[in-house]
Formats: sequence, structure tokens, C-alpha cells
Amino acid sequence: MAITYTSGEQVEVYRFSLPATILIPLIAVFLQAWVPLRFPFFKIFDLPLLVTIGFATARRNPLAGLFTGGLIGILQDALTHQPIGLYGIAKTFVGFGASSLGIKVDVENPGARFLLTTLFYVVHEIAFFIIARGLVGLHMHWSWPHEISSGVANAVLGILVYALLDRVKQRT
Amino acid sequence: MESVLGRYRNLIVLVAVLFAQVLGLAVQVKRATDSEPTRLIRVWAVGAVTPFEETLHWLQSSTGNIWHNYLYLRGVRAENRDLKQQIEQMRLEQARMSQDADQAHRLQALLSFKEQFISKTMAAQVIGWSGSEQSRSIYIDKGAREGIKSDMAVITKDGIVGKVLQVFGLNPLERSVSQVLLIDDQTSGVGAILDKTRLQGILRGTPSGDVVLEKVMSDETVPVGELVLTSGGDGIFPKGLPVGKVTRVAPGNDLFLNIRVRPAADLSRLEEVLVVTRIDEMQSQPEQTGPLRAVDILAERLPSVPPKPESSTDSGKNPAAQSTGTPLNMAPSAGAAKANSPNGGASPAVSTAPPGAARPGSSAPKTVTNPVHSAATPKPQPAAQGTPQ
Repeated sequence: MAITYTSGEQVEVYRFSLPATILIPLIAVFLQAWVPLRFPFFKIFDLPLLVTIGFATARRNPLAGLFTGGLIGILQDALTHQPIGLYGIAKTFVGFGASSLGIKVDVENPGARFLLTTLFYVVHEIAFFIIARGLVGLHMHWSWPHEISSGVANAVLGILVYALLDRVKQRT
Repeated sequence: MESVLGRYRNLIVLVAVLFAQVLGLAVQVKRATDSEPTRLIRVWAVGAVTPFEETLHWLQSSTGNIWHNYLYLRGVRAENRDLKQQIEQMRLEQARMSQDADQAHRLQALLSFKEQFISKTMAAQVIGWSGSEQSRSIYIDKGAREGIKSDMAVITKDGIVGKVLQVFGLNPLERSVSQVLLIDDQTSGVGAILDKTRLQGILRGTPSGDVVLEKVMSDETVPVGELVLTSGGDGIFPKGLPVGKVTRVAPGNDLFLNIRVRPAADLSRLEEVLVVTRIDEMQSQPEQTGPLRAVDILAERLPSVPPKPESSTDSGKNPAAQSTGTPLNMAPSAGAAKANSPNGGASPAVSTAPPGAARPGSSAPKTVTNPVHSAATPKPQPAAQGTPQ
């Protein structure tokens, strides 16, 4: 459960193969668009966000994190009827933040991953709320209990998703 | 300078990427009516994701078909028997209602009403969702190649679902799918009317996914449970389709009521939908029966001697012949009712189908006329005589 501070030399940096880099975000976006049709409760989860955080914390490279987050977000935006960039901007933030934090904090244990995911889920929702309301003029509904409970639910799923990502990541 | 750039390289790139996206967003918001700048990205995204969806949907439906059609047949006989009974009941109901419909048509004709009706629909499978709570839209497996166009109405047997927002498949490389905006999205709007009170309003979605009826004045009385129908005023949905039921009425802001509506179609569990590909508009025509004399009208309204029934063998052999000409009000004979009715012939007397239409339940061997009912039926008025006041 402890989040330990690690120096730059101590952290391990991982990479993902090209097929994994392309297919995993695609599958995440696909599942996000398909599973809620059969199981409506799945709408509470944000699989593309979990993949963004998982990639960012494993690579520990802020540039890679922000570009991965941005692209996954744009892909997610493209399936909606809203302007493209809402999820793009929010996930760019999260990708950058998660990879920057991954350099400084040990994110290999489930406890740290749980807290990190809850934190970044809320950050993501705040960023999305501000952009959607401020730039696009959407009417948004905000509820702290809902956002925090969704964050916790996503964090639980995140632990499973990161465990799966651990299997495909490669040490550099 | 170089060291500063190197030191803050990550931050500079972050700001640049965010700036580019904000700029792109601003351009899109400015050109809200023209979605062309982002169409290519959307086509790519849809092309990348929908093959997975279609494959999985095909796999799911194939396994489901094998299971339900060949393996799991428990209770099918009982269900079949129930459905047959239901059909019989509905036939009786249909026959009764067709008389009312006839009357409505005649009145519409007198008032020169134009009526809309759905003349062509296309069934489509729901293959995906937008993946965002803020964008309540679905993807269906029919697109431009199947003749789907933007702004076509999408319905189910229960009620309306939404309208076609974007159509893909315009060129051979694109996948032929469509995006449908659901009625519970905050950017959707449907012209709606309350069934009994006939109050009109606009049906909208809310950010939390509820559906509300707006623009109904606060001094009106709207009962909970009242049916909401399409008004036809939006130019997308034909008039009279079920929308949902009123679940809550509260005083809202300004001068309007806050009316919450539960959609008739279950929007969270859509599997198959119908796209309305053609709506015909038709002016009701009064029946050409020739000028009526006052004595004829009077004769209609007075109790009369029932016409001599035809022989039972003739009516049994050629039931279609009875359905032409002047509408008759007929009830199945006791024997026929007993044979066709699930409640052992206890059904009420019913009217026949409209003139020219095949009469439901025409296999009944004997039918008798009901002169009292017949006399109460308004006679079609010629247009020249029936000018509405």
C-alpha cells in the first residue's frame, strides 16, 4: 500500500511492442463502445483512461504519455458526436501527469495503482468538465459522490487492467 | 536558451499539444453546422472500431440463434398457444378500432387534413455505443449504401429512439454504418404532444440522461402517467408515435413545468431498430358515395329492419365479398366467437374491417349484422355538402 519515492536511476522503464501499442488502445475503445450495450452498468468505467494511465506509468516518459493520451482521447472523441478534442485534451493531461508521477513514485504495487487511478480519474473528469462547459458550452452535471465512487470503481478495474498490461510490457 | 528549451522541453510540448487541440476545438465549435473538418478522423475511427463490433455482434447473434432456435426450446409450445390467443384478441380489437379509424378518416377528409404515415422502414442492428455518457448516440449496421440518410427517424416497436445523425459509407472504402442520436441526449429535440390534454412541448435529454418535456406552461395540468406522442412538428418523426409516459411533474423555472418522461423504448438495451426511410403524406379523400338526400340521412338514424342475412354457406365461402361496399357492423356468431375467442365466446360484438380491406377473422362461418350499431355509424358525407363550420 505504501507509495515510495524512488530516484530516477532506480525506476524501471518499460516499452510496448508496436502491435500492443496499436491494438490495446483500439480494443479498449472498442470495448468501451460495445460492452455497455449488453451491460449498461459498464458505462461507469473508462477503459481508454485506464489504458492511458497504464501505458504512461509503465513508460515513464512524459512525451510518450501525453501523445498516447492525446491519441486515445481523440479516437474516443471521434466516436461521439461532440467536437473532437474534449477527451483528447483531458487524456493528454492525464498521460503527461501519470508518466511524470511514474518517474517519482513507485507505481508497481496495487495500492499505489489504486490511489493513482482514483486521483487521475477525478483529474480527468475535472478537465473534461471545464473544457466541455467552458469551450464547447455543454450543460454538464457535476456530483462529487458520483465522481469519487466512479473513480474507486475504475481504480478496482484498473488494477486488473494494469496486471494484464504487465504481461505485455517489455523491459528496455 | 538551448538549456532552457531542453529543461522545459516536456512542458513546452505539452502546452503546444494542448494549444493545438484547443485551437481545433475552437474551429469545430465555430463551424458547428459543418462537420467536414473532422469527418476524416471520424471515418478512420469508425473504420477502426466497427469491424470488431460487427464481428462480435455476428458471433453473439449466431450463438444466440443456435441456442434459441435449436437447443433451448423449452416452453415454446405454451408460448405459441399464448401468442395465438393474443392474435385472436388483437384481431377483434383491430376490427373494432378500424371502424373508429374510418370515422376519423372521414372527418379528416372533411377538414382537408394531411396525414403522414410510415410507408417504408429498414431494420438495423445496433452494433456500438459512443462510449461516452456525454454523447448519447449509437451505431447501427446500415449506412449510405443501404440508402440511409441524415435526419431519418429511428424507432422500435415500443416507441421512438432517435434520429440518424451521421451516415458513413459514402465512398467504397468507408464502412457503411450510421450514427444515431438518441432522444435522451442533451442536444436532441423532438416535437411532442400529450395524448389526452393535447398540450405540445419539446422533448429534450438532460446531462444526467433523463428525458424532459419542455415548454409546457406552468398553469396547465399534466397528470402523471399520461402518454406522450410525437407531434410531427419537428419534421423528422411522423405524428402519433409513442414517445413515453410522464413520470413526474413539478413547477420548473420561469413559466414552464418541469415534466419528466420515461421513454417507451428502452434506450439502454437497444438491439434492433427500424429506420424510417420513407414517410408519405396523403390528403384524406372523402368517399365518393354521391349526393345524399335528407330522407336517407333520417333513415340512417332511425331504427331500421335488419337486412336479410345471406345464406351461411355463401358467407363462409366468400368472406372477402362482404368486405366491399358499405361498411357493415358485424359480430361473430356465437359459434364462431367461441371457436376464435380465447375466453370462450365471451367477446363483445365487434365491427368489421374498413371497406375494401380483408376482414379479420373472416374465416368465421357465420356473421350477423347488428342494425343498432350500424345506425349509429356516421354516414360518409360528400365534400360538397360537408363543409366544416
